[in-house]
Amino acid sequence: MYRYDSLDKEMLTDRSNEFRHQAARRLSGEITEDQFKPLRLMNGLYLQLHAYMLRIAIPFGTLNTKQLRRLAWVAKTYDKGYGHFTTRTNLQLHWIKLRDAPDILDALAEVDLHAIQTSGNCIRNITADPYAGATADEIDDPRVWVEAMRQWSTNHPEYSYLPRKFKIAVTAAEKDRAAIRSYDVGLHLRRTRDGELSFEVMVGGGQGRTPYLAKTIREHLPAGRLLSYLDAVLRVYNRQSRRDNIHKQRIKILVATLGVEEFTRQVEAEWALIEGADIDLPDTELARIRAAFMPCAFDPQPASSPVFEAAKADPEFARFTRRNVHPHKVPGYAIVDISLKVPGETPGDASSEQMDLVADLADAYSQGEVRINYTQNLVLPHVKLADVPAIYAALKPAGLATANMDLITDIIACPGLDYCTLANARAIPVAQSIAKRFADPERAEQIGDLKINISGCINACGHHHLGAIGILGVDKKGEEYYQLSLGGSGGDDAELAKILGPAMSGPAIPDAIETLVETYIVHRKDGERFLDTVRRTGLQPFKEAVYASAD
Amino acid sequence: MPQLIKIEGERASTVDDLFTFVADEDAVPAAGDVIVTLARLSSEGDALLSSGRRVGVRLQPSDAVEDLAYDLGALAVIELAFAKFRDGRPYSSARVLRGRLNYQGELRAVGDVLREQALHMVRCGFNAFEPADGSTAEQWLAAAHRYRHVYQRAADDREPVFVERAQIASGLGHNRPDEVGV
Repeated sequence: MYRYDSLDKEMLTDRSNEFRHQAARRLSGEITEDQFKPLRLMNGLYLQLHAYMLRIAIPFGTLNTKQLRRLAWVAKTYDKGYGHFTTRTNLQLHWIKLRDAPDILDALAEVDLHAIQTSGNCIRNITADPYAGATADEIDDPRVWVEAMRQWSTNHPEYSYLPRKFKIAVTAAEKDRAAIRSYDVGLHLRRTRDGELSFEVMVGGGQGRTPYLAKTIREHLPAGRLLSYLDAVLRVYNRQSRRDNIHKQRIKILVATLGVEEFTRQVEAEWALIEGADIDLPDTELARIRAAFMPCAFDPQPASSPVFEAAKADPEFARFTRRNVHPHKVPGYAIVDISLKVPGETPGDASSEQMDLVADLADAYSQGEVRINYTQNLVLPHVKLADVPAIYAALKPAGLATANMDLITDIIACPGLDYCTLANARAIPVAQSIAKRFADPERAEQIGDLKINISGCINACGHHHLGAIGILGVDKKGEEYYQLSLGGSGGDDAELAKILGPAMSGPAIPDAIETLVETYIVHRKDGERFLDTVRRTGLQPFKEAVYASAD
Repeated sequence: MPQLIKIEGERASTVDDLFTFVADEDAVPAAGDVIVTLARLSSEGDALLSSGRRVGVRLQPSDAVEDLAYDLGALAVIELAFAKFRDGRPYSSARVLRGRLNYQGELRAVGDVLREQALHMVRCGFNAFEPADGSTAEQWLAAAHRYRHVYQRAADDREPVFVERAQIASGLGHNRPDEVGV
């Protein structure tokens, strides 16, 4: 995988020194909190309900084991011994002291980790398909392009004070595992008929109070021109967006206001005038990055493994293989998902001990590489089929072998009112109560693929617009209420969920979910997922069932 | 007399600001160098520019620098106002002025101009500063040089990391004993 060279490392050192200096100026009162805020945000430091939160970037969702162990150490040393993996494949530590932050950043920089641009009104840490480099259905490793964009966007002199935050995601596989249409810019890499790599560029997606799916502004962008084209998008945004109303300053609002045709026209006009040769990476640099993402050699393996097949005699292991083990591009290998969704626990949380264990397993069985999935789970990307039983046996006692990928208990939830100053309602206890209700793994599997997404407020960090069942926390006269919506997806069949009806109290939620599931089972036709049934029947039968039983 | 920080290459100095800014509601003084708004430049520009004194313009973040294209050669200074330090439009204005309109003269940052943004301002082509936080020329220069490397080309002449890498790889760059590439 990609390793920082001496130049990248010196950038991190300089960044760390700069922040130490800035924090010292703040602590001495030389600069105001208002002046310091964007600086600390661009270094990942939020002030939350109880403490500072540090959001650490995990570029392209890829970690080596030294990095994962360092994260475990930082969580143990400076926090409460656990971290929270987020829907943007970052790691959040929720109990940090400001005075420790520069030391933490130094400790991270030693292993090429940082918190640069994980917050603030700038180009944020860029995400990619979590199965990049391992899945058979990709035409290129998207992380090559993410790394190109990481360099271009880091400390960008023109785009560090944008109207609002700016998020980019990339996929190079037909199946979209990165929810690219919910991003400010979504990039889908394909090959043209003559074999050239080209990006479909989608702009203006986003969640929050005004959700939009990104619209295509260019079907075929020659891949080598990506950075100059993005520069044109950013310049139009930086110059034309409103700056007078924080709720209307995302690029999705500019695209909606101008109309996609006019926005596209302005981007193309700007791009025609931009000196592309100054911005686009030379082929030699792209080749250098590409070489860095070549996986280690794979030992030839038989396509099937007797050890693996025999282990399926254990029904729990068999379930694990059905839900958490996925085909790899190399025969005899697999991609293994590690669930951070134990029913009753906080979705996305991992303890330092769990992180250390996953690092050990990655060293032993996965070329020393770990991935973060935006579904808040971990991935071992390069595993021999024959090693899966041993991995399962090691994960199980550590509470990491839950076989529930994409099932009703694989709930995406933001930290909610337990941590966040923005939240209206708690998200974690709601997730826990639903997961406990459906904790029987056999039943969950019979229900099948069903994404539940929970956000504690309209900012939608839990992606509730993209859930087959979306749950939004709202404040109703000082009480926590929850609004249900149905039919959303962030994948290839991306669509925004539609509101089901009036909000209800937290304790009513598990029953309502139960009713939705029962209604689905009554109506489902062969092979239909919950989402398919909802889209075919519409909301009506679900609405009647939920609100009739509530009366 | 108000003072300005000027940056030339690796040097910074503090100089007297010889210009007077004239707001739209005020009358232009009979003599002396002036800086006017874009509105006044549009209406009175011809007369001012032929009155034998130096004339500059101050643009607000929402003003389009392209509107200056015909007057660029005659303007002694351009000021870009930062309404708030968080309003990043002047960075794009500066890039377009330098890169596209090829403006070579003095480009000043005025308004909510703070030391922690010095690097971005210098990189976008500003070369004169009216800091709102009392920064000295030395402090300003130091803030603008905190990073040994940059990742992208901008309006300054710094080469980005990918060029440094290529130079190192071909033996033309600094003689570094440590590992190169990946």
